[in-house]
Amino acid sequence: MKYVFLFCGTQEAQRAWEEMSEEARSAQYAQVGRWFAEHSAKIGPGNQLQPPHTATTVRFQNNGEPLVHDGPFMEGKEIVGGYTEVNVADLDEVLRMAKTWPARGTIEIRPVMGVDQ
Amino acid sequence: MAGADATPTTPATLATHAALVAVFREEAGRLTSALLRMLGDFDVAEEIVQDALLVALERWPVEGIPERPGAWLLTVARHRALNQLSRDARYRAKLEQMGQMGQSILREPDDRLRLMFTCCHPALSRSAQVGLTLRAVCGFTTAEIAHAFLASEAAVAQRLVRARRKIVAANIPYRMPTGDELDERLGEVLAVLYLMFNEGYLSSSGVTPTRRDLAEDAAWLTVLVTRFLPGEPEPLGLLALMRLHLARAEARFTGAGELILLPKQDRSLWDRSMIAEGIALIEQAAALRRPGPYQVEAAIVACHAEAESWDTTDWRQIVVLYDLLLSMRPSPVVRLNRAVALRQVAGPEVALAEVNALSQELDHYHLFHAIRGELLLELSHREQARASALRALELTQNRAEQSLLARRLLEW
Repeated sequence: MKYVFLFCGTQEAQRAWEEMSEEARSAQYAQVGRWFAEHSAKIGPGNQLQPPHTATTVRFQNNGEPLVHDGPFMEGKEIVGGYTEVNVADLDEVLRMAKTWPARGTIEIRPVMGVDQ
Repeated sequence: MAGADATPTTPATLATHAALVAVFREEAGRLTSALLRMLGDFDVAEEIVQDALLVALERWPVEGIPERPGAWLLTVARHRALNQLSRDARYRAKLEQMGQMGQSILREPDDRLRLMFTCCHPALSRSAQVGLTLRAVCGFTTAEIAHAFLASEAAVAQRLVRARRKIVAANIPYRMPTGDELDERLGEVLAVLYLMFNEGYLSSSGVTPTRRDLAEDAAWLTVLVTRFLPGEPEPLGLLALMRLHLARAEARFTGAGELILLPKQDRSLWDRSMIAEGIALIEQAAALRRPGPYQVEAAIVACHAEAESWDTTDWRQIVVLYDLLLSMRPSPVVRLNRAVALRQVAGPEVALAEVNALSQELDHYHLFHAIRGELLLELSHREQARASALRALELTQNRAEQSLLARRLLEW
């Protein structure tokens, strides 16, 4: 069963991350790296994303015309920071994994649409 | 669907319904878990059982309850399954296997607890957990759930369809939690049972007979949990709590259906043998030496149950128990209840200060205003007391509470 983790956080957390000392940041990277290493057998493709100010959004209007604008599509304080695919037996296993995520914030877990659905 | 949402009025139909309910309760969960085991698909299994129950609801009142109701329901369910699923290659082999196994699949193993853990999975909303548990484990119909929660049948049906689809789409497993997980997951199950119980206990008016009593079903489910997990103290604590509340049911209403609060209840109407049962359950739980919030809550209710009157109640002990409860599960509602006990120990001024400190968190809770009103009246702030009672009246949907508060406004 395949799920996707959407790693989310707040703007404050993002700022704190950007203002973190090099040392603190690499310590956190190391923790996250360990987490990925521990679960490597279950982890599929994924990436950390560049900060939201680098985002560009294309939104289709009611008339079908695409409108391009600067910034992320979600308004408000939540930010998607990255994603990864996860391959496990069921929701319980994926929840156990998510609960050990070292970088805190919020994780949205979505089952991936299968071929038979 | 005939009769599914009708509230029976004559004693004869009530008796028939009581018999039906007892059978549904005993058989529905077994049937659902058996089908779920065989088919591996919660959505399909649960829907087929519901269909079978609706067929029984139409036919049993006319034809009588069959001698082996479980087998009867299984046969109907199997027919339904064959009709609906035999064209689907995924189910064909499973259905054949089901046909060969016969009725033994209803009895062994009895994994209704596993079913409950699935229905009460933390990835589902509380209302979905409650609805699924009532349908899949207790054999409620959608109409009965809607009736019990004063919701429209369409809304309840939609919520349940969505929840069942999530179980399948997100692959919520049909398994017993183990180890560290058991505590958290058992907590979910007990929270669902307590909510169900309160909904039934508090919404009953004492005069209108209803087809299914949520409080009774919640207690029945809790007994089931205690039987499956005899080494866990909290289910025993919750069951004790329910018994101790139910023991006072007779004294909660006047003949005309008016609510009577604890201080004014005729304690001779309390069911002494049920109180004894509740206290024995607390002792049984305590012997397991793992205290928890339900055990403490039960102990608080036991203090009331054992007291001869409101005034001679052991309030000091109750305050101590509330402090213990707050250390386990901090909550503004518990602090509010503690303030009521504190009134008896330290007087209305101290209690009012405690209550006032909760005004932000509990501004939308009717009992906050009701209790605050009582304390204000006692301190001779009559106008403020009336304003509080009025605010409480505006905030409650419960008829019995509304009429009690309205009377209070007339008297104050």
